[in-house]
Amino acid sequence: MTERRLFSPFGWTLFVIIVALGLAMPLLHVFAPEGHPLHVSAYTLTLVGKILCYAAVALAMDLVWGYAGILSLGHGLFFALGGYAFGMYLMRQIGRDGQYQSDLPDFMVFLDWKDYPWYWAGTDHFLWALVLVIAVPGIVAFVFGWFAFRSRIKGVYFSIITQALTFAAMLLFFRNDTGFGGNNGFTDFKRILGFPVAAPETRAVLFALTVAYVAGILVFCRWLMQSKFGRVLAAIRDAESRTMFVGYDPLPYKLGVWTLSAVLCGIAGALYVPQVGIINPSEMSPANSIEIAIWTAIGGRGTLIGPLLGAGIVNGAKSWFTVSFPDLWLYVLGAMFVIATLFLPRGVMGLLGRKA
Amino acid sequence: MNGTPQYAPVVAHPYALTGTEYDPGRAAGSVAGGDASYGRVVVPGEVDVSHGAILYLEGVTVSFDGFRALNDLNLSVDDGELRCIIGPNGAGKTTMMDVITGKTRPDAGTVYFGQTIDLTRLNEVAIAHAGIGRKFQKPTVFENLTVFENLELALKADKRARASLLAKLDGEQRDRIDAVLATIKLADAAHGPAGRLSHGQKQWLEIGMLLAQEPRVLLLDEPVAGMTDQETAETAELFLSLKGKHTLIVVEHDMDFINTIAGTVTVLHEGHVLAEGDMATVQNDPRVVEVYLGR
Ligand SMILES: Nc1ncnc2c1ncn2[C@@H]1O[C@H](COP(=O)(O)OP(=O)(O)OP(=O)(O)O)[C@@H](O)[C@H]1O
Ligand SMILES: [Mg+2]
Repeated sequence: MTERRLFSPFGWTLFVIIVALGLAMPLLHVFAPEGHPLHVSAYTLTLVGKILCYAAVALAMDLVWGYAGILSLGHGLFFALGGYAFGMYLMRQIGRDGQYQSDLPDFMVFLDWKDYPWYWAGTDHFLWALVLVIAVPGIVAFVFGWFAFRSRIKGVYFSIITQALTFAAMLLFFRNDTGFGGNNGFTDFKRILGFPVAAPETRAVLFALTVAYVAGILVFCRWLMQSKFGRVLAAIRDAESRTMFVGYDPLPYKLGVWTLSAVLCGIAGALYVPQVGIINPSEMSPANSIEIAIWTAIGGRGTLIGPLLGAGIVNGAKSWFTVSFPDLWLYVLGAMFVIATLFLPRGVMGLLGRKA
Repeated sequence: MNGTPQYAPVVAHPYALTGTEYDPGRAAGSVAGGDASYGRVVVPGEVDVSHGAILYLEGVTVSFDGFRALNDLNLSVDDGELRCIIGPNGAGKTTMMDVITGKTRPDAGTVYFGQTIDLTRLNEVAIAHAGIGRKFQKPTVFENLTVFENLELALKADKRARASLLAKLDGEQRDRIDAVLATIKLADAAHGPAGRLSHGQKQWLEIGMLLAQEPRVLLLDEPVAGMTDQETAETAELFLSLKGKHTLIVVEHDMDFINTIAGTVTVLHEGHVLAEGDMATVQNDPRVVEVYLGR
């Protein structure tokens, strides 16, 4: 057995070129003036930035579904939790610039609250917000996963429970007195670390961070899935009881990759919110989580790169269709999913003829 | 349990045979779902065979919805023995292996590994680490991994998640895998996916995984099913060479194969031991002829 490589030389070349192009976009947004042929508009930057965040989610989904065989239909929850955690910080950054010119966010003034509820404590600190971005989805996933995997809940039962989980969370977040802005969620952000959130430079930095994040987790996940840990996951996926009789306890493996996947989604959510400018409970809708699975399936499960492409293709198509033929979009999405399931078991990656 | 003092309820360190440091606290935590009561802990990895027996089942009963798949089963297997188990379909042979390996909990009875390890208190993973390996009736390998990787995962090693993150095969482990590949004659197929092997080759790969795992006791459920005569003969040779160093329990329907390897044969019928002895004794037992061999 020869040394395992993360990517082939060709793969690395492609990787570097794509990352370089990704980093060029925010530079062109800031330095190429409007009207210049190379100018990148705020609209384009926001759209691509948003899709990159979705791509990170699809990658995280691939870890659990493609490699460990655990189909989550609730990954939108972890994404939203990361988004809300960072959104709290962004709400605090509004300061007294809201409608009511209060220290409290407008929705709390509206509810006639006099003070922040306890769980908002410390959210005016950027670093604490980052801790929450990682810890909240991580802990929720860990606790849920611990009970589910320990009870050996598998397959479609597990998927249905994750749907129920995100649905329940959505209902909770819809309530005004949960303290997260009810069905409006968080929006009208003004600043991030004191910088105006809509300024070209701020957008550019957020975008560049997102590119770096997606590139970084791609390399990290690639490494992880090529380690023995990744091979044990594949073994658990293919024959769980065999794995146990060989001496591996599936629980820490599944729980580890499940929690990691949730945290990766949470960070993607935190990058998404300041770029898109809003987070509300619809991110937790069951349909949203199903869509994440569709991106992954269309791109090609168990390939890491495939789901990135899948998220790009589906969301690119979505943004075009919802503008040009809004009524058709759901049919197109359904058709893409059916075609991928029936004819492309390895998704777009299978079409490209490349092995994982 | 049955109150016999020599079978004190104790628990073996689940990673006792992995060569890692011994830490009872962590061991206890790492046995997932283990509802064992952690009493006196014996010397890790020591299977006490001072009374000769390495596996000891007494009064084991397993019911599925009222149907007794095992019915007051008694069985004692000596250390280093090659024991053959035969019996008609549905006799409970596979269920017996399920009980020994922790997959099925008996409704009644005791199952001991050596003098001290109560297997009914351990889960599958802990039992594997205690030193019992198993080949399934339907060959089960990791289809999407290569033959080499299948053996790599089976290899005796620290199998905790954190250790797997940075695990690298050393030279000795590679040699061990190569030796197993040679034994099971799959060296040429080593880097192809295991899913592409023939049925007989999968059987051998699974046996190879057992060898890599280095258990004290090997449970082999119909190991030569689907093998050619040549392959069957080679498997018989392999098992005979393992006898003594390991304890083997072989379930088979192939009587020629049994004839070649058997020392003691146990005949199971309706979840109970019908007869036990050497091949000639068993073959001439009228009850055995009636329920199994005669037809
Ligand atoms: N999980 C289960 N639920 C219900 N019945 C079961 C279960 N497992 C086994 N049985 C029944 O228990 C009996 C014993 O089955 P077992 O598989 O142990 O037989 P066996 O001796 O291995 O037979 P074979 O030679 O066909 O492999 C059979 O009648 C089987 O149908
Ligand atoms: Mg059987």
